[in-house]
Amino acid sequence: MISLIQNEVVVTRGWIDAPAFTDIIAISQMTPGPIGINSATYIGYTVTGGFWGSLVATFAVCLPSFIIILLIALMYKQFKQNRWFNAALTGIRPVIPGLIASAAITLVTPDNFIDWKSWLFFLTAFAAVQWGKQNPIIVILMGAIAGLIFY
Amino acid sequence: MMKEYLEIFTTFSKIGAFTIGGGYAMIPVIQYEVVERKRWVTKEEFTDLLAISQSAPGILAINISIFIGEKIKGFKGSVVAALGTALPSFLIILAIAAFFSGFKENETIERMFKGMRPVVVALIAVPVISLARGLKLNKYTSFIPVLSVLFIVLLGISPVWLILAGGILGVFYFYYFSKR
Repeated sequence: MISLIQNEVVVTRGWIDAPAFTDIIAISQMTPGPIGINSATYIGYTVTGGFWGSLVATFAVCLPSFIIILLIALMYKQFKQNRWFNAALTGIRPVIPGLIASAAITLVTPDNFIDWKSWLFFLTAFAAVQWGKQNPIIVILMGAIAGLIFY
Repeated sequence: MMKEYLEIFTTFSKIGAFTIGGGYAMIPVIQYEVVERKRWVTKEEFTDLLAISQSAPGILAINISIFIGEKIKGFKGSVVAALGTALPSFLIILAIAAFFSGFKENETIERMFKGMRPVVVALIAVPVISLARGLKLNKYTSFIPVLSVLFIVLLGISPVWLILAGGILGVFYFYYFSKR
């Protein structure tokens, strides 16, 4: 998605230069929330210099999702009892844990794991949510506090 | 009536306000809030809507929010859920863009991130076990998640193709067994 945005905003329209775009993406990845929403809001603000640009960009980035997902949700309800549809879902479901595991594995990078303390935080957080049934939001906040204390 | 919309809004804005790292990082938080705490969708429905939201174009977290919002309260529910997910982002980014462009170089924030990054990776890994368990995999189907990981991580194949392949495999399997 980021490369699509870059192509449109930097190359085709020339609204923002490449270094500014890189900064926007870095900040979008650091701030809470979906990266697509963050970057749309930021790009909208940078291009127009104000609130309305952010609003239009954010609204526009969500609109296609609305149309597509609402249509699919309708179909899902309709076909939920259909045996062919269910056969397809039975094949798809086992792929999903694989997708999520892949996302986690590809994030194990030197940028994210800088030293042994990173692994300690990783294991503690995993245990706290997996077996301790702690609220993931609290665990993320604890991670931030741990970062302030240990670095 | 209003109370339910408010509950949808506060739940999703909590998800939007406290997760860093985007789509995949939001999955465990959404699962915790929506499946385990509020019980708006079952574990199986959650797996289905993850598959669908992942294959559809658009922002993963927004797709998931729209899907769940629709399930709870129809069209209006989907608008409220998506708004809840997007609003914290919107406000935070506006504040940063307008007043705090030195955010990226801030030393305190960088230290917080050093602590949060490995935690977020751990949180992404958590749903893997519970989702795989919920599927009741047998010795034939348990190779599917493992193969998916190999295809994505080692060969760089897009998840969408694997979802498609899983669907086709499911249909063929069903066709083969229903004929016998």
